[in-house]
Amino acid sequence: MTALLEEIARRWPEMAPELWLGTLDTVYMVVWSALFAVLGGLPLGVLLVTTDRGGLTPAPVLRAVLSGIVNVGRSLPFIVLMVAVLSLTRLLTGTTLGPTAAIVPLSIGAIPFFARLVETAVREVDRGVVEAAHAMGAGKPTIVAKVLLPEALPGLVAGLVMTLVTLVSYSAMAGAIGGGGLGDIAIREGYQRFDDLYLWATVVLLVVVVQAAQSLGDLVIRRISHR
Amino acid sequence: MIEAVGLHKVYRLKGRQVRALDGVDLRVEQGEVYGVVGQSGAGKSTLLRCVNLLERPTLGTVTVDGTELTALRGPRLRAARRRIGMVHQHFALLSSRTVAGNVAFPLEVAGTDRAERRRRVGELLELVGLSDKARAYPAQLSGGQKQRVGIARALASNPSVLLSDEATSALDPATTESILDLLRGLNRELGLTILLITHEMDVIKRVCDSAAILTDGTVRESGRVIDLIGRPGSLLARSLFPLPAVDHPDAVHLTYTRSYDEPLMSELTRRYDVDVNVLGGAIEEVSGHAVGRLAVRVSGARRADALAWLDGKGLLVEAAR
Repeated sequence: MTALLEEIARRWPEMAPELWLGTLDTVYMVVWSALFAVLGGLPLGVLLVTTDRGGLTPAPVLRAVLSGIVNVGRSLPFIVLMVAVLSLTRLLTGTTLGPTAAIVPLSIGAIPFFARLVETAVREVDRGVVEAAHAMGAGKPTIVAKVLLPEALPGLVAGLVMTLVTLVSYSAMAGAIGGGGLGDIAIREGYQRFDDLYLWATVVLLVVVVQAAQSLGDLVIRRISHR
Repeated sequence: MIEAVGLHKVYRLKGRQVRALDGVDLRVEQGEVYGVVGQSGAGKSTLLRCVNLLERPTLGTVTVDGTELTALRGPRLRAARRRIGMVHQHFALLSSRTVAGNVAFPLEVAGTDRAERRRRVGELLELVGLSDKARAYPAQLSGGQKQRVGIARALASNPSVLLSDEATSALDPATTESILDLLRGLNRELGLTILLITHEMDVIKRVCDSAAILTDGTVRESGRVIDLIGRPGSLLARSLFPLPAVDHPDAVHLTYTRSYDEPLMSELTRRYDVDVNVLGGAIEEVSGHAVGRLAVRVSGARRADALAWLDGKGLLVEAAR
């Protein structure tokens, strides 16, 4: 035990900057990807509900197409998706290496994931409330903006937290092909150079990042949920 | 005023056609409380939803305050709906908004400015007796309070017509009574026309001026409650005042169609020397009259004369079967 502590103390100055940068890179990738996941997944998820039979704007064909696209995105293992979109990544960011490049596959993977969670949350909204809004003469955009989204908000935040956590794990996989971040460190230093200390340090940091996201999310949900 | 003419509503359910409404005519006069009763599945909900076109009738027209709603679509229909309030069985409140926010919702939809919204919300909460709950969330309220919020919300846009979809069916008896009193009060004070659907006969007795009985998508009987009670063979009278089954040749059903100050039964026994045995029934106040039905056995030599005397007094005398 003391030997381990001594080793940590000895190597810490050398490890700390790299681990800190890795953590920042992970957070950077996850936050940007989550932002794109919301921008893409929120409208997609809402459309999946409203275009369904008995929805606000039933459109079975459109819904089948959207649902198909989401399913394709959901069924690809992230590591395969990442390789599959390499050329798109290069087109958008000019490179396939580093955290910024990783944001492209991470976003593409997270959009359908978040979209399904949005769909579930929005579907949970009481149909009676939607009917009441119709009876008050509310139009469809008003119903989406003032009924569906606010009523589903706790579920949407829960979905966002789940997406963030999944993105942390995806971002670690991005490390496998040079995406940077904590996953990159774990694979390079921990796996390829058999440096257990790096491996365990990244594990601890990943757990801390996930815990932080989850706790913050739970706190927000408690504040906004009035059910 | 609400007028529905020749309403048909046909659904397609798994390739099968379901006739929810099969030629319904309905006329609700300005300022009256009109109740539609019927078993579940009789088409009550469909009828109510056809009135504000939440469901578009397959055939027929709906006119509210002179505007033919069935002729409208899109924005003009939505504008017309704002003049019709609706109260829902399960309240249908937004859980993410406070009581005040819920009442303000229809005003936001109508584009009312903020200051006016605040003023109106305060006024409405005062009206339904919930001023102290403005900042509470629906989850913190009792069923009766939730329905009061629902009613305040329905009244926000100053409708002349209120539709009530089983508004008291999810409430306990005492709360039901207070909500019915509130609706009746709004009807009297604001001249609000109310069309309600219910499966509770008590609701008809307590608040309705007129009623219709809906069976299998058709109106079996309709008219002023007090008139229907006095109509021979009336389904409504039988449903409002159910009598025990009696299988005796001497048994008759007596319907009191108005209030009587005289002690009819004791006079009957003295005059005609008959025995009167009350087997069951009830007399209650309906539209300001003590009306009701009794199942009685009348026996004696002058039974026929006795019954004729009751008939002459305006009671409806029917053989019990």
